[in-house]
Amino acid sequence: MKLTKTQDNDALTCCISGRLDTVTSPDLIKEITILPAEIKLLVLDFEGLEYISSAGIRAVLTAQKKMGKQGALKLRHVCPAVQEVFELTGFADILDIEK
Amino acid sequence: MATVTVPAQTEQLGRLTELLHQQLEGTSCPSKTVLALELVLEEAFVNIATHAYTQDGGRVSFSCQVDKQLGLVTLCFKDQGVPFDPLIRLEPDITLSAAERPIGGLGIYLIKKTMDKCNYAYNQGYNILTLTKRIR
Repeated sequence: MKLTKTQDNDALTCCISGRLDTVTSPDLIKEITILPAEIKLLVLDFEGLEYISSAGIRAVLTAQKKMGKQGALKLRHVCPAVQEVFELTGFADILDIEK
Repeated sequence: MATVTVPAQTEQLGRLTELLHQQLEGTSCPSKTVLALELVLEEAFVNIATHAYTQDGGRVSFSCQVDKQLGLVTLCFKDQGVPFDPLIRLEPDITLSAAERPIGGLGIYLIKKTMDKCNYAYNQGYNILTLTKRIR
């Protein structure tokens, strides 16, 4: 998994590509944990993310729970395979996924 | 059919994925289905690696068989951990909001939704999980 961050005032964009699985998800969770309280908008840009497992969903849910308290979470550029996993698990309804 | 036996540790997942890809070569399995099988493989293996054994650890056998004529792939996991039928677990409530959703419980749900047939047996000290899917 490749993760790059860009901050613009109180918005942080994390570009994540590759795979979010049991091996790589802890890296995303770590980023969520250290996310400063001033960040009001977290955007997860999944351009290039080709695979997500329940471990990855758990990491995204961790982000959703945190941002639910301090702002908002948006997902962007979700590919069909990843979208399907979100839909199967009911997370497509919970998460703000940009079309 | 091909089999690989590995320590029940999540870092070993790559070896199982490699075997899956080897078996699927030349089957014209759609890439969407390959990804779905990789997902099932990860969910099943991680569950075993996380829960089957105590601190001393143990091993897991993974077998993958493709029936090209019938267009079926069968994944089989065998471990000697605590007797546990993952298929009788309660399904997570997928209608809950983000705040209410517990973190976890999705793995077996994804397996059941993806595979066409799931079977569990406990035989002579082995948990045996057999999963089948049409690939064309």
